[in-house]
Amino acid sequence: MAAPSTSPSLPPALADAVRDDASLRRFLHGLPGVDQVGVEQRAAGLGTRSIKKASKQWAIDTAISMVDLTTLEGADTHGKVRSLAAKARRPDPDHPDVPRVAAVCVYPDMVETAVEELRGTGIDIASVATAFPSGRSSLKVKLEDTAYAVDAGATEIDMVIDRGAFLSGRYGQVFDEIVQVKHACGDAHLKVILETGELATYDNVRRASWLGLLAGGDFIKTSTGKVSPAATLPVTHVMLQAVRDWHTQTGELRGVKPAGGIRTTKDAIKYLVAVHEVAGPEWLTPTLFRFGASTLLNDLLMQRRTQLAGHYSGPDYVTVD
Amino acid sequence: MSENRIAVTKTYKLYIGGAFPRSESGRSYPVVDANGGFLANAAQGSRKDARDAVAAARKAFAGWSGATAYNRGQVLFRVAEVLEGRREQFAAEVAACEGVPAKKAQSLVDAAIDRWVWYAGWTDKVATVLGASNPVAGPYFSFSVPEPTGVVAVLAPQESSLLGLISVVAPVIATGNTAVVVTSQDRPLPAVTLSEVLATSDLPGGVVNVLTGRTAEIAPWLASHADVNALDLTGAPESARADLERAAAGTVKRVLRARPAEDFTGEPGLARLRAFLETKTVWHPIGV
Repeated sequence: MAAPSTSPSLPPALADAVRDDASLRRFLHGLPGVDQVGVEQRAAGLGTRSIKKASKQWAIDTAISMVDLTTLEGADTHGKVRSLAAKARRPDPDHPDVPRVAAVCVYPDMVETAVEELRGTGIDIASVATAFPSGRSSLKVKLEDTAYAVDAGATEIDMVIDRGAFLSGRYGQVFDEIVQVKHACGDAHLKVILETGELATYDNVRRASWLGLLAGGDFIKTSTGKVSPAATLPVTHVMLQAVRDWHTQTGELRGVKPAGGIRTTKDAIKYLVAVHEVAGPEWLTPTLFRFGASTLLNDLLMQRRTQLAGHYSGPDYVTVD
Repeated sequence: MSENRIAVTKTYKLYIGGAFPRSESGRSYPVVDANGGFLANAAQGSRKDARDAVAAARKAFAGWSGATAYNRGQVLFRVAEVLEGRREQFAAEVAACEGVPAKKAQSLVDAAIDRWVWYAGWTDKVATVLGASNPVAGPYFSFSVPEPTGVVAVLAPQESSLLGLISVVAPVIATGNTAVVVTSQDRPLPAVTLSEVLATSDLPGGVVNVLTGRTAEIAPWLASHADVNALDLTGAPESARADLERAAAGTVKRVLRARPAEDFTGEPGLARLRAFLETKTVWHPIGV
């Protein structure tokens, strides 16, 4: 097994886990099981919190600053990426005080366009790679895909794990892939997409989360957005527990990114409550929590206008894409 | 039937997006007849119910305005058929709410159903009457077609609980708009029954949304809502009309002002059909 390129000084228990294939399996299967009923009830319970007035305004602005504005369609054009970049720079032209979004997320061949448009703004350019969204290709192709995006100027790489290998128990293979992709990333941040909709159980989500963290992923991300169900609150809960436990054991802060299916401000605020309660307040920053979304931003902007104007806003007042 | 049977008192709900939800606020208020006797409880809609209703109406707009005029006519005629089947219930409710004798109530209900059929007939004729092919001095066709305005917030008349309601709602949806209707505050029962009729006929959910409650509480939120395109002030309290118009102007809505002591039994004319239409004129080059 390849050595993880980050975390040179893992605590002994974790260092032992990544020694070889067998100990990795032993470690992942030794993780406590997830109480399915408990985590779903807890997630639903936190979802009922009422966030109003100043807290709501803060939550909306924070959520906007955490958005990875995404377009991942076969029909993407350079023009579409440019208009998306314009929206990322200034989400609501009527209100210049709206914070910028965290990043723009595109396919590797669109990275160059995004880099040109976003130069000097501080907005990150994220690119999916490694044969997104299925991850069904050779390691060589995946590494080249990553290198292509990084060379074009991507500052963040969203990779997919090999779910087939994970589900058939070849954890070592998945681990090695992540480690090598991380190596190919260089300075770029790596987000590991678990595609929780295909992992079937919360136990698997917890194992995949730890696998991603052990292998050096800077973020663990729920889904590609191409599989239903995409991000759900309970799944994000389990992943937030993993990064919190990682922090307790190693002192390192790693991030979580739910993606897909989060469309309304209400949903976004539920996620922020979960972040605060499960991981902790220090995770309420774009460097440690992101939303992978496209339509969510419009709803956040409409809600923001509603809060400021005192009357309901409408989709005619925000851009279509 | 035993003499000391306890009647089942009803607590009605709102009609939003084709479903019957309770008010988000959880409130309801008693509805009394003309003599102060208890009739039923009605849901007391809040601003969030109004917001949900506007969202539902917006969602339904593309489908309803995109349907052929002929198809809209068929759907509205089907509604009239279901209305006809509920004549007795409507008559009883109108009599109780408005305090009119049974015979008068029956004639009001009949007039209301006829009014609905009349507007159903207008769906595929209104474009011919209000549209035009314009003579122009150039190598162009120029024609004007009426198009629906969008989501219309309707404050239904306070007095005329069924005939008035149908006279303001039917023309709005006949031309392809979708409606959010705030019913008569003290006489909401015929409107609630109308929503049951709409739910069981072919009208797509969201085309008509019915909110019961305090008009003065809900109306300002609809008047200022940026996703509402037009506002019918017929049932607005007199003291609030100026403020509502001002709020509506903030997002450039079309406003239909209330007419003093409007009599709904007379000939309706085309005014209400025309009020929520916009004319689109197209220049089309010929000879290419």
